[in-house]
Amino acid sequence: MAKKNEAVEEKTAEGVQEVVERTVDKEQFSRERMESMTHYVYKQVSSVVFGVLSPKMIKKMASAKIVTPELYDKEGYPVDGGLMDVRLGVIDPGLRCKTCGAKLKECIGHFGYIELARPVVHVKFVSVILDLLRATCPETGRLLIAPEKLAKAKGHLDKIEEEEGQAERRKAVKALVAQSCRGGKNPFTGNKLEKVSIEKPTGFVEGDRRLSPIEVRARLEKIPDEDLEIFGLNPNTARPEWMILTVLPIPPVTVRPSITLESGERSEDDLTHKLGDIVRINQRLFENINAGAPEIIIEDLWDLLQYHVTTFFDNDVAQLPPARHRSGQPLKTISERIKSKEGRIRHNLAGKRTNFCARTVISPDPYLALDEVGVPKIIAMKLSVPETVNDWNMEYLKKFVQRGPQEYPGANYVVRPDGKKKRITEETKEAALEELQPGYVVERHLMDGDIAIFNRQPSLHRMSMMCHRVRVLPGRTLRLNPAVCNPYNADFDGDEMNLHIPQTEESRAEAEILMQVQTQLISPRYGLSVIGCIHDAITGNYLLSKKDDLTPQQAMLLLAAVGITDLLKVAGKKKISGKEVFSMLLPEDFNYKGVSRSGDPVVIKDGKLIEGTVDTKAIGGEGEGRLLRLLHKQYGPARTIKILHQIANLGIEYLMLSGFTTGIADEDLPKEATNQIDDLLHKAEEDVALLIKQFKEGSLEAFPGRSVAETLEMKILERLNKARNECGKVIRQFITDKNNAAVMMFSGSRGSITSLIQMSACVGQQALRGKRIDKGYSGRTLSCFKKGDLSPESRGFILNSLKKGINPKEFFFFAMTGRDSLMDTALRTPKSGYLYRRLANALQDLKVEYDGTVRDASGRIIQFAYGEDGVDVSRSENGKIDVKRIVELE
Amino acid sequence: MAKTFDVTKHVLVPKHTKLSEKERTELFEKYVIELQNLPRIAKNDPVIQSLDVKEGDIVKISRKSATAGETVFYRRVSA
Repeated sequence: MAKKNEAVEEKTAEGVQEVVERTVDKEQFSRERMESMTHYVYKQVSSVVFGVLSPKMIKKMASAKIVTPELYDKEGYPVDGGLMDVRLGVIDPGLRCKTCGAKLKECIGHFGYIELARPVVHVKFVSVILDLLRATCPETGRLLIAPEKLAKAKGHLDKIEEEEGQAERRKAVKALVAQSCRGGKNPFTGNKLEKVSIEKPTGFVEGDRRLSPIEVRARLEKIPDEDLEIFGLNPNTARPEWMILTVLPIPPVTVRPSITLESGERSEDDLTHKLGDIVRINQRLFENINAGAPEIIIEDLWDLLQYHVTTFFDNDVAQLPPARHRSGQPLKTISERIKSKEGRIRHNLAGKRTNFCARTVISPDPYLALDEVGVPKIIAMKLSVPETVNDWNMEYLKKFVQRGPQEYPGANYVVRPDGKKKRITEETKEAALEELQPGYVVERHLMDGDIAIFNRQPSLHRMSMMCHRVRVLPGRTLRLNPAVCNPYNADFDGDEMNLHIPQTEESRAEAEILMQVQTQLISPRYGLSVIGCIHDAITGNYLLSKKDDLTPQQAMLLLAAVGITDLLKVAGKKKISGKEVFSMLLPEDFNYKGVSRSGDPVVIKDGKLIEGTVDTKAIGGEGEGRLLRLLHKQYGPARTIKILHQIANLGIEYLMLSGFTTGIADEDLPKEATNQIDDLLHKAEEDVALLIKQFKEGSLEAFPGRSVAETLEMKILERLNKARNECGKVIRQFITDKNNAAVMMFSGSRGSITSLIQMSACVGQQALRGKRIDKGYSGRTLSCFKKGDLSPESRGFILNSLKKGINPKEFFFFAMTGRDSLMDTALRTPKSGYLYRRLANALQDLKVEYDGTVRDASGRIIQFAYGEDGVDVSRSENGKIDVKRIVELE
Repeated sequence: MAKTFDVTKHVLVPKHTKLSEKERTELFEKYVIELQNLPRIAKNDPVIQSLDVKEGDIVKISRKSATAGETVFYRRVSA
């Protein structure tokens, strides 16, 4: 309901005021001040009542009667009785309020009122008024329910209200009334009832006669209090005749402040403009009535007044043209201020904004630790951390104040114990330094090691907000280790991220213990590491673990680069294998058995990599790296993070040493291979032609439950897919470890066999909705094909490879599926995002209790054992607990 | 009309049994709950028609579970 309808109980009003005063004081908030404020009387809000303002109430709360549309006189001073009357509050600095004597910002403003020449309907109550007119007797005002049925109906209605709410109750009343006066008979008088209908937006019509607001008001007045209660209205706070306005409250000027433009001109608020219209028309209406003008003129003016009052409340009424500025842009009146996303509720009240935060583009930096975040110096000099001065850190903090806000690491503000905040500038620096003593707070610049919370939207995860340590760096981007891209789902194609600096000791402790990167290693979704090596780090380790002839110098270089200084093990040998180098990073008592992507065993015994290659299955993130999971389990998060960082850097370092590049030449195949591929595809085409021939002859046998045409489609698809897979086999035969594209594919760092096939052999069948392409002209896809052509070529099979180049027809089909998938993702992302949001909101206060049950906030059981098996996934490996290994270890 | 189809025999319908008075108190003690805290099942739910239950009774459901093999669930019969 509109803001105007609030009527707060006398007692409550004081309580609300109290709250307002306290928030005003928040800036000078400090313990000393709190203690000295013992005179404060705290009151509890016992209840809040919503109702309709009565004309009496409007006059009572008003401090000025508005009579003239003029705003200012010739001197620019507000006119008495004008819309900017000084009694309505202050908006100019230095002045005091005529009503309460308070200064700007202290005076919250005061209402005024205007007496309307003729009553008008309040748009927001039209539906309630209509219901009442339909449900009551025009003569007596009684609810149109036969008296003998009333008592029984009441009980029934109360039950409905209790179970389904007031809206349902009103519906039920309407239904009862409709039943009671079946056949249009008034149950009291027996007269025929005229049907009351609405003439949108604000007119009421009975039969074919228009009811004026005066008549409507008279009818509403007749309804007795008891009947209103049945209808669900409280007659003390919401008499229905108050929904027809006879006086209009004028909101205080503080609600509609005017702005002084640079040219010195005053620009008034939209509400003031609208109120000006109302006052002007009202004035004219008064004059015309007094002068005894003809009824038509008065009616016209009355309608105009109704229009202005209506648009004052809501300028978006469907049947009315919105009131506009001279520029043609619609006025923003009361409803527009409150509703929708940019309105008061969703934007100002429910909107959450914070200080001490930063946002920029991100970029990678593998030399940062996983739990660090690189912060540009410019940002570090804006964000600050409060530090309280004591005897021991006084000298230390004085140095910050000495340096001031311009020099890093300096300080921006000094806060006195009484809560006064002072900005440090070149001029105030000396005074601040002089003044500083224990109890003061210095807001110093952000420095290395400070705690920060790092976040990337959409925050769907708890891992989307993690606590990092600050590293102040040159440059203008926020930096993070590429290994933590996974949990944030970040890449560096222009992504931006947010940084928040906790300001209290408690929040820092909380962030550190609950949110630090280390604590988020194992995903609660699948019980494996979300953080792991990506791209080059995987490729590097893969190649390193295959290499067995490193010189000691090379090995030492690698190890020194990742921070291993104990190089004795490497020294003195002639040849060192990559496996040995990798093993240097592992704890000495570490044992691991796993498989690599190729299915070969990977064995680590006593901290030595004995067999196998290291790839995504061991060190990858996002639910892959089993080695990481085991490290975490045996050595804890801190050590795992350290080892992971070293492993990643070792990989990158090795790649730098050996050199790694991929180019279009990686997709070259030897003549022999291309011949084989050509044969394969040719064979496939022939087979498909044969199938089509069989189909046309009618000798093709249908699969059970399918038509012959469907069977043909399935067989063709199957045959073409088979051909493409065979191409894959050929490629696998011919590529070697010298091929860097293949290396990336085998190590799992980037690319797949499909992408290689598409690039070097054959792009393959393009499919729309799981079928071969059959859109376009009738019976054919493009005009260059014959009607009914079912050949692979005419149905979107791309025979060529991307390297070789695809022909125009193929290109068109490729673009078709490309566009389709683009649209699909663009349309699906917001939809699935919303579904996820609703799910998360519905489940947010479910909790696993100590007895293993899942319960909601009121203690009702949702599941008797969490996930039905009672396993905490974040303490498991991929949702399972390997009992066998635990037994073996014992 | 004679019964032509018995829902409880269907493969997708888990086994429903009525809790005895003793099992009932044991359940309440095990989870430290009251009847109100249990999830509900409608009295006219087809699967419990043959169980002879009234409002306030508890039905035990043993179902197959993807994570735990077999799992038990309890519901109170409500109107």
